[in-house]
Amino acid sequence: MIPAAFAYYRPTDMAGVISLLQEHGDDARVMAGGHSLIPMMKLRMADVPHLIDLQAVGGLSGIAIGSGGIRIGAMVTQSEIIADDALSTAAPILREAALQIADPQVRNMGTVGGNVANGDPGNDMPGLMQCLDATFSLIGPDGVRDVPARDFYEAAYMTARGDEEVLTAVTIPLPAGGYAYEKQKRKIGDYATAAAAVQIVKDGDICTAASIAMTNLSDTPIFSEAAGAALIGTSVDDAALQAATDAMQGDIDPSEDNRGPVAFKKHVAGVILRRAIARAWSRA
Amino acid sequence: MKDEVTREERIDNLKGMGCSRKRVEDARFTQGKGNYVDDIKLDGMLFGDFVRTPYAHARIVSINTEEAMKVPGVLAVLTAADLEPLGLHWMPTLAGDKQMVLADGKVLFQGQEVAFVVAEDRYAAADGIELVEVEYEELPVIVDPFEALQSDVVLREDLVGDGGTLPDGAHGPRKHHNHIFTWEAGDKDPTAEVIAEADVVAEESMYYHRTHPCPLETCGCVASMDKVNGKLTLWGTFQAPHAIRTVVSLISGIEEHNIRVISPDIGGGFGNKVGAYPGYVCSVVASIVTGKPVKWIEDRMDNLMTTAFARDYHMTGKIAATKEGKITALQCHVTADHGGFDACADPTKFPAGFMNICTGSYDIPTAYLEVDGVYTNKAPGGVSYRCSFRVTEAVYFIERMIEVLAIELNMDAAELRRINFIKKEQFPYKAALGWEYDSGDYHTAWDKALKAVDYDGLRAEQAQRVADFKAGKTRSLMGIGLSFFTEIVGAGPVKNCDILGLGMFDSCEIRIHPTGSAIARLGTISQGQGHATTFAQILASEIGLPADSITIEEGDTDTAPYGLGTYGSRSTPVAGAATAMAGRKIRAKAQMIAAYLLEVHDNDVEFDVDRFVVKGAPEQFKTMKEIAFAAYNQAIPGIEPGLEAVSYYDPPNMTYPFGAYVCVMDIDVDTGVPDIRRFYALDDCGTRINPMIIEGQVHGGLTEALAVSLGQEIAYDDMGNVKTGTLMDFFLPTAWEVPNYETDHTVTPSPHHPIGAKGVGESPHVGGVPCFSNAVQDAFRPFGNRHTNMPHDHWRIWKTAHDLGLHD
Amino acid sequence: MSRKMHITMTVNGKEEEFLAEPRELLIYTLRERLNITGPHIGCETSHCGACTVTIGGKSVKACTMFVAQADGADITTIEGIGGPDDLHPLQTAFKEHHGLQCGYCTPGMITRATKLLEENPNPTEEEIRFGMAGNLCRCTGYQNIVKSIQAAAAEMAAAKEAAE
Ligand SMILES: Cc1cc2nc3c(=O)[nH]c(=O)nc-3n(C[C@H](O)[C@H](O)[C@H](O)COP(=O)(O)OP(=O)(O)OC[C@H]3O[C@@H](n4cnc5c(N)ncnc54)[C@H](O)[C@@H]3O)c2cc1C
Ligand code: FES
Ligand code: FES
Repeated sequence: MIPAAFAYYRPTDMAGVISLLQEHGDDARVMAGGHSLIPMMKLRMADVPHLIDLQAVGGLSGIAIGSGGIRIGAMVTQSEIIADDALSTAAPILREAALQIADPQVRNMGTVGGNVANGDPGNDMPGLMQCLDATFSLIGPDGVRDVPARDFYEAAYMTARGDEEVLTAVTIPLPAGGYAYEKQKRKIGDYATAAAAVQIVKDGDICTAASIAMTNLSDTPIFSEAAGAALIGTSVDDAALQAATDAMQGDIDPSEDNRGPVAFKKHVAGVILRRAIARAWSRA
Repeated sequence: MKDEVTREERIDNLKGMGCSRKRVEDARFTQGKGNYVDDIKLDGMLFGDFVRTPYAHARIVSINTEEAMKVPGVLAVLTAADLEPLGLHWMPTLAGDKQMVLADGKVLFQGQEVAFVVAEDRYAAADGIELVEVEYEELPVIVDPFEALQSDVVLREDLVGDGGTLPDGAHGPRKHHNHIFTWEAGDKDPTAEVIAEADVVAEESMYYHRTHPCPLETCGCVASMDKVNGKLTLWGTFQAPHAIRTVVSLISGIEEHNIRVISPDIGGGFGNKVGAYPGYVCSVVASIVTGKPVKWIEDRMDNLMTTAFARDYHMTGKIAATKEGKITALQCHVTADHGGFDACADPTKFPAGFMNICTGSYDIPTAYLEVDGVYTNKAPGGVSYRCSFRVTEAVYFIERMIEVLAIELNMDAAELRRINFIKKEQFPYKAALGWEYDSGDYHTAWDKALKAVDYDGLRAEQAQRVADFKAGKTRSLMGIGLSFFTEIVGAGPVKNCDILGLGMFDSCEIRIHPTGSAIARLGTISQGQGHATTFAQILASEIGLPADSITIEEGDTDTAPYGLGTYGSRSTPVAGAATAMAGRKIRAKAQMIAAYLLEVHDNDVEFDVDRFVVKGAPEQFKTMKEIAFAAYNQAIPGIEPGLEAVSYYDPPNMTYPFGAYVCVMDIDVDTGVPDIRRFYALDDCGTRINPMIIEGQVHGGLTEALAVSLGQEIAYDDMGNVKTGTLMDFFLPTAWEVPNYETDHTVTPSPHHPIGAKGVGESPHVGGVPCFSNAVQDAFRPFGNRHTNMPHDHWRIWKTAHDLGLHD
Repeated sequence: MSRKMHITMTVNGKEEEFLAEPRELLIYTLRERLNITGPHIGCETSHCGACTVTIGGKSVKACTMFVAQADGADITTIEGIGGPDDLHPLQTAFKEHHGLQCGYCTPGMITRATKLLEENPNPTEEEIRFGMAGNLCRCTGYQNIVKSIQAAAAEMAAAKEAAE
């Protein structure tokens, strides 16, 4: 498993990255941790004549928590997410989800930016970011722009990011209430058979806000607004749970793979979501 | 002479049989100083790698190597046309068939070797592979053996005579152009008659899916042809180095004394590294052509897709019994999918291995087995993945049939086993399908196991769980998996066991050094079983020199005596016996020397731990160390100098380890996720040489059993594409998915083995697979489940629940 | 073929300098260029962990890193963890508790375990199993690996206490 040859660049600032992207167009790709890209290159499923390593580019690291929200640099690794105590207090769902991604070595390399920019429906962070209503900051030849996570994904490996743009950070409004990231997989190191991200707010016995996103159940992550809406105003009783899962089922469109056929995935999606809601509610 | 140490201390000092001696191999492995084949680096060494077909069945229209040859660093691209003049474009398989080394006109399975690119480094080889242009003409693909037996499509044109006649195969007449052999054991008509008249008959069909041994190290070799001296050296991941030497000699024409085969450290084998693969042949040819050493190491996808699958048995059975549950007959038919070439690694006379051990641990008076081997568009192999030849399949079959019969009889499956076990006093027991079981005490083992897990308590808990489930209080079910297995290992007696005509004896050669240390060389090769540790222990007890003073060497055909290698748990039963027997020869000579030195008659001295003592006067003795020195340095009338021995051991019979396993599993009905709560494994492998190593083997075998039963498979789609070609989809559990195991034992020594040992490396896999599977199936028994096929991955478990209406 | 790059790195405390194609995978650099053959190759797809090394203090799978990425890196392999005269407690414990069989996974296991015990000096069995889940073993069934790591943790804690 040996990739085709390529030219390697390690620019130290964003201007350098962007000029390389402009110069080589389609033939260039940025690389963060490389743990999605390198396997594809080794299998010669991705051809990257010009590889731009982001490791030395300034301004892409760090986690900042402010009153307005949380900013996570694109090059922050999944391990850093897990290790950051302040982040785990402010948005515990991030840690809960990151722990369910791959294994310790992969998490040391895999970045938040790479995970959300990759566009692989199997990645866990895109759905998570949709649940949290995150915003992705992109920089390109024409300047800087923000794209909501919920508008970012178009199809498998197709996103709103332009070829000459780089994702610099993810910004998340401070989440409120209870949370859960529930994922079924075949073993550690596997992508989700089905996963659900739930963030839920409780006032007395009543749910006042709920946000739900599903992973690996369509060719993009699925933010199910209807599923969240089905919980709002209820006491998250059995009927509400049923309504939420029914709504979610209307939004997902899984396909068969080695993890199982469509009927199974739909069923498991429902079970996983119910459990995630129940756990989030109990923490709300 | 005064002796300061007690007899107990002398025994301890030897670190002989029965002690948990720490492994001598570990120092190098824990420091990164192992020497595996890919660690070998020779001056000017080249790399070879394969162009492989993406199609499962296609004709090769043309191969153009021009562009590939232009890649800087690429030196040669070999195709079948280059090998043909040497007669090496095909090679014999271990099963009496032949196999293409490089695609000769067509390809028969995805990943088959089409061309071999030889380059200065692996990067140039990889670039060259990309540029070899192969034009294929696709042919209809058959991945189902039942379809193959009906189809007009001929997979192996080379095996069809003029006018469509079907010449006999290696194992007799063939019924169809895609049929390989029919193999029978037992009595057909009498079995049918008993079944026809029985009180109760249970019938079941089951598929034991295709999987793969997948050792952590893949297969590979380095071939180095020294043209000056005419010597070929071949390092490789060989579980049977001597057999490889003989095969290489036979097919290449190089005389056997000019070939040296070396198995360095091997990173696990589990059956994957028994066979001969095209990579070996191409490396040898490439080295002859270029005059340089050539390395070939398969990558993990090559490994899973092409070398050595295991299982793929479609089994149909009938089991008959009286109303009381006494089994009266067993019938089994197997449709065996062998892929594009029959490359099963079985003893020649046993094209279905020892599948005829499928009467299991039970006293079944009448039985009949019939196996049909079939060609399909899948990879060849059919190796014994951590088991003796096809024994996993046999044990799975009988242990499922017992469960199905228990359902039919509405009886407890543990009790059904108990009333049908072969009784202790029936051994040696002649089974209906031909084997003579050497020894066993099944009832004792079973009772011990059931008591250890509080079987009745578990059943009560399970009943409560079912009640709770029905009452809507839980969505989790509980399964109790039982299995009782009898292995058949230690192939084997040369009178009926050979591979390619090579008798399946094994060997040991011992040299005692003058200062009382020793080296012993064997025909086997360790792949993690710790031979360097345990064989020294056997010898320590036999010859009275400390294990720490004995070096064990294996794997170099220039120095080791001829042997058939390590697989099918044959090392301890066969080479272990050879070791003991060679040790006894040493001891016999030592006795004469001791008598001379002590100035008494030979019969007046006796062996005691580490010395010979004068009978009745234990204060007069000569230690083995003293005797060794005298053997070389003292002129003893009538005795040649030196202290050496060789033994070639042809076992009189197989050995029959057995065991009783119980698994307790919780199953999430809604997601299909199983949770192994408890696993108890009682093994009886006869005399125990090193309990620590036995326990380690049991843990490892059980974990491979867990993998196979709960998800590990080589799956194909209808086009013959392998769907599980990387470790993302091919299930190897991590530490997280694996439970802690409880191990236990009884000891029933083998009566015919010199030290009573039976072999254990593979029992836990053989017994473990049905145990895990039975646990899953048992959880659903109260809801009407009879049988579902493995692997029990999440979706298949979920489907079982779904089909039983448990999601409604 | 692409241009070769000038690479420098520190491996087991030793400065290394050479020219290499950027696409060379770090595992091959170590094994074939620098003759450091302790780290192994088991899958090439970052699943098995046989190739685990420590880079900049973190466990990383060397089969999924280009040599170009590792330019300037500080790398430790099993060879840098302990040798005949200064065995690491983990190396001793793996032998003592039969934490290996064929030994192929062992360098990666031990290299990973050194970091696990730095991150969490007193792990529970569950934490060990979770923290070691990036390393596959086909032989041992993990039970004795877990035991070995527990034993090494205890040993290291005792040594630390004695030193204080
Ligand atoms: C064995 C294994 C198991 C895994 N399991 C999971 C899992 O369960 N769940 C999961 O979510 N992931 C999983 N992953 C993927 C892992 O989390 C990846 O590391 C991650 O998806 C990508 O991050 P990266 O930094 O490695 O990105 P890279 O591989 O470097 O890049 C991925 C893609 O994103 C692009 N990219 C990267 N950074 C940027 C940026 N800043 N701006 C624009 N484009 C960018 C690259 O060009 C590339 O196309 C697994 C990986 C492995 C090897
Ligand atoms: S070889 Fe690197 S993880 Fe398997
Ligand atoms: S000891 Fe063989 S793979 Fe772990």
